[in-house]
Amino acid sequence: MRGSATSLRRRLTWTLIGGAALLAVLFFLVVRTYAQQIAQQGQDRILEASLTSLMDAAVVRDGQIEVDVPYAAFAMLDTAADDRVFYAVHQGDALLTGYDGLAEGPFDPSVGLDFQTQAFGGAEVRLATLTRALPAGPAPVLLTVSVAQTRDSLAGTLWAISVNAALFGGAFFVLAAGMALWTSRSTVRPLSQMAEAVARRGPRDLRPVVRPVPTELSPLVTSLNSLMTRLSASLTQSETFIAEAAHRVRTPLATVRTHAEATLMRVDKDENRAALRSMIRAIDESSRAAGQLLDHAMVTFRGDQLERRQIDLVGICRELVDRLTPVAEMKDLELVLLADGPVEVQGDPILIQNAVRNLIDNALKYSPPEGTVRIEVRRDPVAIVVCDEGGGFPAEQMTELSQRFQRGANAGDTVGSGLGLTIAQDVAEAHGGRLELANLDGGGACATLYL
Amino acid sequence: MRNFVSVILCLWASALAAAELEDRQMFHGEDGVTLRVLSSTDTDIFAPIVEGFITRNPSVSVDYAVAGSADILTLIAECGDCFDVVISSAMDLQLKLANDGLARRLPGLAQQGGSQWRQSVFGFTLEPATVVLNRAAFEGRPLPTTRQELIEALRADPEHFRGRLGTYDVRLSGLGYLFATQDARASETFWRLMEVFGNLDAQLYCCSGDMIDDLASGELFVAYNVLGSYAQTRPETLDKVTIITPEDFATTMMRTALVLDSTDVGGAAEAMVSYLTSGAWSAQDRPGFPLPSIGDEDAQVLNVVSLDPGLLVYLDRLKRELFLEAWSSALLR
Repeated sequence: MRGSATSLRRRLTWTLIGGAALLAVLFFLVVRTYAQQIAQQGQDRILEASLTSLMDAAVVRDGQIEVDVPYAAFAMLDTAADDRVFYAVHQGDALLTGYDGLAEGPFDPSVGLDFQTQAFGGAEVRLATLTRALPAGPAPVLLTVSVAQTRDSLAGTLWAISVNAALFGGAFFVLAAGMALWTSRSTVRPLSQMAEAVARRGPRDLRPVVRPVPTELSPLVTSLNSLMTRLSASLTQSETFIAEAAHRVRTPLATVRTHAEATLMRVDKDENRAALRSMIRAIDESSRAAGQLLDHAMVTFRGDQLERRQIDLVGICRELVDRLTPVAEMKDLELVLLADGPVEVQGDPILIQNAVRNLIDNALKYSPPEGTVRIEVRRDPVAIVVCDEGGGFPAEQMTELSQRFQRGANAGDTVGSGLGLTIAQDVAEAHGGRLELANLDGGGACATLYL
Repeated sequence: MRNFVSVILCLWASALAAAELEDRQMFHGEDGVTLRVLSSTDTDIFAPIVEGFITRNPSVSVDYAVAGSADILTLIAECGDCFDVVISSAMDLQLKLANDGLARRLPGLAQQGGSQWRQSVFGFTLEPATVVLNRAAFEGRPLPTTRQELIEALRADPEHFRGRLGTYDVRLSGLGYLFATQDARASETFWRLMEVFGNLDAQLYCCSGDMIDDLASGELFVAYNVLGSYAQTRPETLDKVTIITPEDFATTMMRTALVLDSTDVGGAAEAMVSYLTSGAWSAQDRPGFPLPSIGDEDAQVLNVVSLDPGLLVYLDRLKRELFLEAWSSALLR
């Protein structure tokens, strides 16, 4: 693992842009070099032509070379930049005519046409030299003709080509950089799309990723899917184990409670009775927790394979109210159901019943004696509201309360496992709804189950 | 650089007689710098231009020196620092000065357009070589309009014209040499005309001015390759002579100006060249400009000598020897 995070997209972008820049520079250099060669060749050809016409104008008369310089020999060296022209004609090593110091002997006729770039007359010149042995009587005469030209026009041409090449290179680079940005973005897009799709999933959604992905990503997706399968199996195993454990614990607990209550009837000593009562209380708490764990496991299981049926929420609530009224009366509480006419939805009756029961349970638990627990079934939007007159939810914990085993800071010694709200929320989410908690201004709190 | 220049010029210099100034005159501005101009144009013709320049640039005084066009190169070889601006009708010699690196480049002036070479040599007049005739001598005779007609006229009455023909001594005059070499390039008729001239004991002159003087006085009947512009600047001679621009071809030179690279008064020198070239392009704005401007010549068929390295050809020592040999054998019998 590297210390700093790297971005694939940035790396791809910079690699492509760097490559484009390198190519642009390379293009410029190649064009320039090539242009230089071509331009130099052009100048050399003209110098050669001038040289040849001078050479052809030479005749030997009485051992002395005469050159009748043709007008074209120099006129052809006219350039756009008005380059300066120098020339020299040597017989043997002696200057016959022209500029002294332009070419130095000894001259060798076997060299052939020779081009050189050198300084002359305060400027850089291209010099062409050709030596020939002219037949003259007993011994041939060596004639050397040199023509030189400054390189202003060449430099001008080269500059113009360089500017154009630079413009082309720059345009190429800009285009390539744009394409690099586009390419890197579109290359990384499937990756971010997949990440987004996985991130959008619910916490319990461990289905394998099936959307088509680029072949380069398929090993990652395969690993991810295999991990999720294992995780899912492991989760299911834990849930099953928890449910099994809760179930196994609940039955003996009920037996123990019965025995404890029977014993309570029989003992008279106050301290013994108190001990038994707190024992029963602890047993209740464990039993309730085990029940909620079972509920939760059931919700989790059924939530994954939701069974939707046409159900009447009011009917479910009325049944629950009827069932729980004795419990409420034991605590001197009143259960009130507010509903007018049936409210029908598509849903899983067992889950919804479970959720509402947990909410009413909670309300009963936290309500002060003589209070009223109000259950309201709303039609638009479809929701079940359970309100009590208790101390309300601690405001700062509102969002955490529906997490597993989380209890309010003000729960005090009230019996509870912290699973009630979690169950209600899981049910709401399984139906595509949500659970909302709110405190009432005049005391009390409401839990609203939107479906 | 200086060594290089003196080396390349010494051959040329040694081939000529000792060069000296024909005239030297100071045109005083208010104060400030003195611009030393070396020119092949006679002072009386050029004075209005210099005065116009000083009117525009009052802080510059002009030291105007006149030398034969062929002597200018020698004078500069002897003392490169003695002058700032060179004005000459010998385009080939001006081009050589620039080619040999003695002329300063003036990119600002090259923008103005017109004829220039290497942003150094700037043409500012367009002056055809003409045939000037003494009017009285051609009384009752048809006026020749081409070289061929001139040859025929001379052959028809050789005794009338014997000793009354004049042309440049190309050995002494740079402009004469330029005209002759360009004529020779253009047509063989030149050589036939020179042979006729040679047969009729032609007089040789150093300068257009002298030829026009002798034409006006009746000493000469025909002068070949004279600058018509010189005759036109002298109103008193105009009624005595007829200026004919040959219709077959009219070799036309540009008077050119350049600034020597060694100058210390580059600003004033550039102003002078700028004044000359702008005068050439807007002659209607400069009524006092005495020389024919480039803009003046309209649809006439002129064989304008172009400023290109070809001009260096006839300056080659061997080429010059060959040409002078041919010229001498035609003209000096």
